[in-house]
Amino acid sequence: MTQYLKSREAILLGAILALLAMIATRFPAFVSPGNLLNVFNDTAPLIILALGQTVVILTRCIDLSVAANLALTGMVVAMLNAAAPGVPIAVILVLAVSLGAILGAINGVLVWKLSIPPIVVTLGTMTVFRGLIFVISGGEWVNAHEMSAAFTGFPRSVVLGLPMLSWIALGIAALFLLLVFRTPLGRAFYAVGGNPHAAVYTGIVVGRTQFWAFVLSGALAGLTGYLWVARYAVAYVDIAAGFELEVVAACVIGGISIAGGAGTLVGTILGALFLGIVKNALPVVDISPFWQLAISGSAIIVAVTFNVRQNRRRGRIILKRAEGHA
Amino acid sequence: MQISVRAPAAGAATAVPILSLDGITKTFPGVKALSDVALALYPGEVTALVGENGAGKSTIVKILTGIYQPDAGAITLAGKPVQFPTAQHATDAGITAIHQETVLFDDLSVAENIFIGHAPRTRWGLIDWPALRARATEILGRIDADLDPRMPLRELGIASKHLVAIARALSVDARVVIMDEPTAALSHKEIEELYQLVERLKAEGRAILFISHKFDEIFRIADRYTVFRDGQHVGSGRMSEIDEGELVRLMVGRSVDQIFPARAHQIGAECLKVVGYAHPTEFDDISFSLRKGEILGFYGLVGAGRSEVMQALFGVTRPSKGVVRIDGQIRAIRSPAEAIRAGIVYVPEDRGKQGAVIGLPIFQNITLPSLSQTSRRGFLRLAEEFRLAREYTERLDLRAAALDQDVGQLSGGNQQKVVIAKWLATRPRVIILDEPTKGVDIGSKAAVHAFMAELAAQGLSVIMVSSEIPEILGMSDRVIVMREGLIAAELEGAALTPESLVRHAAGIGGTA
Amino acid sequence: MTDTSARHIPDRLHSAAARLLKSWEVLLLAVAVAIFVANSFASPYFLNAWNLSDATFNFTEKAMIAFAMALLIISGEIDLSVASIIALASTAMGAAAQLGLGAPALVLIGLATGLACGAFNGALVTGLGLPSIVVTIGTMSLFRGISYIVLGDQAYRGYPPEFAFFGQGYVAWVISFEFVLFAVLALVYGVVLHRTNFGRAIFAIGNNPTGALFSGIQVRRVKFILFLLTGAMSGIAAICLTSRLGSTRPSIAFGWELEVVTMVVLGGVSILGGSGSIPGVVIAAFVMGLVTFGLGLLNVPGIVMSIFIGLLLIGVIALPRLWAMRTR
Repeated sequence: MTQYLKSREAILLGAILALLAMIATRFPAFVSPGNLLNVFNDTAPLIILALGQTVVILTRCIDLSVAANLALTGMVVAMLNAAAPGVPIAVILVLAVSLGAILGAINGVLVWKLSIPPIVVTLGTMTVFRGLIFVISGGEWVNAHEMSAAFTGFPRSVVLGLPMLSWIALGIAALFLLLVFRTPLGRAFYAVGGNPHAAVYTGIVVGRTQFWAFVLSGALAGLTGYLWVARYAVAYVDIAAGFELEVVAACVIGGISIAGGAGTLVGTILGALFLGIVKNALPVVDISPFWQLAISGSAIIVAVTFNVRQNRRRGRIILKRAEGHA
Repeated sequence: MQISVRAPAAGAATAVPILSLDGITKTFPGVKALSDVALALYPGEVTALVGENGAGKSTIVKILTGIYQPDAGAITLAGKPVQFPTAQHATDAGITAIHQETVLFDDLSVAENIFIGHAPRTRWGLIDWPALRARATEILGRIDADLDPRMPLRELGIASKHLVAIARALSVDARVVIMDEPTAALSHKEIEELYQLVERLKAEGRAILFISHKFDEIFRIADRYTVFRDGQHVGSGRMSEIDEGELVRLMVGRSVDQIFPARAHQIGAECLKVVGYAHPTEFDDISFSLRKGEILGFYGLVGAGRSEVMQALFGVTRPSKGVVRIDGQIRAIRSPAEAIRAGIVYVPEDRGKQGAVIGLPIFQNITLPSLSQTSRRGFLRLAEEFRLAREYTERLDLRAAALDQDVGQLSGGNQQKVVIAKWLATRPRVIILDEPTKGVDIGSKAAVHAFMAELAAQGLSVIMVSSEIPEILGMSDRVIVMREGLIAAELEGAALTPESLVRHAAGIGGTA
Repeated sequence: MTDTSARHIPDRLHSAAARLLKSWEVLLLAVAVAIFVANSFASPYFLNAWNLSDATFNFTEKAMIAFAMALLIISGEIDLSVASIIALASTAMGAAAQLGLGAPALVLIGLATGLACGAFNGALVTGLGLPSIVVTIGTMSLFRGISYIVLGDQAYRGYPPEFAFFGQGYVAWVISFEFVLFAVLALVYGVVLHRTNFGRAIFAIGNNPTGALFSGIQVRRVKFILFLLTGAMSGIAAICLTSRLGSTRPSIAFGWELEVVTMVVLGGVSILGGSGSIPGVVIAAFVMGLVTFGLGLLNVPGIVMSIFIGLLLIGVIALPRLWAMRTR
């Protein structure tokens, strides 16, 4: 029991509850169920992308191209919708996920087959993807009036009291929990990150596992690309610029070790929620939204300090009498 | 234990190998690791694979487990030709291995470590955790390991991790079990338990490939032997038909009585004194002295705390208590840089990680701690560096293509020479050698020993940490035995015998 | 085996010329020359001294940071907060300018802010043992976040006239102050990395930090100094950029960290640490500057140029590896 109380997730949950309690003392409206659901809905894109990023980081990689992938896929589906408003949403969804997965697969192949460090690969593809948006759009915006009502309405359509966007985030969270806890690929993410050398001995192909992590991250970025442009009803070159860092921040705050192999999806979701609550609470408590960046930066530093403290390897215990205290 | 009750007739002359390798060749860039070797394993029998470091034993294990692919040759399993393109294929074919280093995952649970790669699945293809835990408990019970399957591996000690590795090997219904130096990190009691396990596996009709450097062990449990030398197969047969001398001759290609250099004894005044050295978890109450020109041996089992004491002395870790005096002066050593200034240098056991800076050329490795000597006002002088490097590499008879060659391209013995040359160039007073001949071929071994004797004769004080009894006996003037982080004995003269070393290291009473 | 003749070991395996021919720098130089020639043919405005001089502003400020970043990456660390340090240093200078401080004071404040930020990063990485990539992703938000808190959607203007020299002044004819500073810093960093004990320590740490520690190198001190240097260079870049723009917004130099890292990697520095050279980074700076300038003359928008830079970054690493796979 104490083990659960001391776990990263419990501490983070405690911090979130404390934060909410603090806000509630002065602004009780913020913690009304309706508003909390709004906060969750607003954080949904971050949660989705952070789940994809988590599996990538678990395998000792990093995907800095997620936001550019999101923007490129978003632009493609927005232009498609503007050109052919009749294309059903189901097709748009499949297209967005597939295109995102293909972009992710490009990262994955470069990491797997050419062993190029992931940070270099995704730094490169990030700039390439952004540039491609300009090429296909000619720098033009796709505005709300060019999009069909079905296209922009889907993420906002309410089912059983929750917007579709929230349902999708919940569904993906459930899917990823199943993937990570109950499938060999999910366990391989941990094995590859924890000890790549040993993973080879258990028949796991390290590069291929990393490839699939990138494909998953890319597919989620593609999906979020559609949801993003539909929700905000606009697509242009710079949407979600810099969002990749917020995504990495959610993972780090959630306790995912940048060294790979350690951390949980629940932690990531809590990390994303923490950032989402801070972002939504600032205007309510009358702090300038300009504070948000500095707060999330500080949160990252505090979180990583905490991660390292928690994971610091204990020295070898040789003395018999020291064994009891360990 | 009730072994050998239904042990199959190990001596049956018509035995057919379950697994045989023929004409296996494997080349790496610049090195022919295996050349046309053969190996056969028989059901219900233990085959010992012997050979020096670099003979190709690890390579053949990696080929058998699907990590490497042979360039040429055939593998036959139960009469059928097979290939192992990945580790998974080898596991599926019923070949399992307990590796030298623990290839496990610290962040995963004991149960998952046992089953990763072949976890039981539900009808839907999902991992069946309850079944997995139940089977893990069952396997751990079979080897009398009292471990909680849910516990993260991180929390276990080395011996327990080894049990998990064994459980992992047993989790597949293996026809062939490979054990690569399985007893290297185990205590006496644990080694006995491992022998019993081997007997049980034999009785179940499994074929076992047993790799070991310990001859007593090989003669005790193996039924057959195969010897590799320099990547070639030089002999195989039944253990009953060979003796120790012949086996050594096959291994090294000549008969060797390990000859240690004659020592010119010129032991001078005390130059290093350590008093009451202690560390919260690693060692306590360490006091000893070292005299000029003396070779002081540190013997003990792997993990007895010898390296930890040396690394504290070298400033890598901080002791919590204790005093170091050099020539009577108290010296505070808080970093390797301070140790080097105080005249203490350390040749570590882990050469690739702590000794050599692989990626830097030979001459830069040698001058790294002496840069203040070769440079002027912080600016490098390459000519000086080459001069210094040349002086010491020639003294150590280094074999290399050029001084600007990457030190990573050298053989283990020559890398060791570079590390030693690096320290001699600093003109130290005390040199600590931690397992100086581990992973070094027999030829270079003798050279390292001769050189140690020469250094001592020149007035340098030497501390040698070694787990090899002949080396300890052959080289040391005096020996300190450590056990579980404490000094167990200090032996000298007539008291210094193989039996006394083993007894003090293992903590066995006087009548053992 | 490599048991060649025992007695005499030559100093070097290959002659200096042979080593040079096979080097990354020469390949990169060839690329730079090719781009230069292609540009001269593509646009009649390219071969004009003033145009070329203008073009150097595309890379001089980034290159200053890239020199220090190269050292940091060779040692096995990274600093992604450099662009945010620029923002914070520029904000600090802007605030000081509002108080009526003169140019010398502003320079000192810019430099001091850079050093302080570098010290903060260095302390977190070397003091607490945190991974630099995460720490500097954090400080990247933190430093720029402070600028946003101070400035919001406002901007600082009104720098003293003499302050304009650092980003707009010319030393002689078309040679700008910034370009001279760039050249001097290139020389200093080249000497420090390749000709001093400190530089040798950087390479040793990057190849094997434990081995370097065990050889008596003060690993943590060296790394701390490198973070300080990177912070200081960001401060200097902030002085130049602020002077050139004449204003400070919190979004100043946004995204520069990635361009700086690209420049360093393109220059042949291994992102995994342990190898690289300052001449390589200098040539990479020119390559990136020439590409940006040349495409600009052809009216190609900046964002499209980034495609080229991104492909260049991946291509320069991928092509040699593909080639090696082919020939094996």
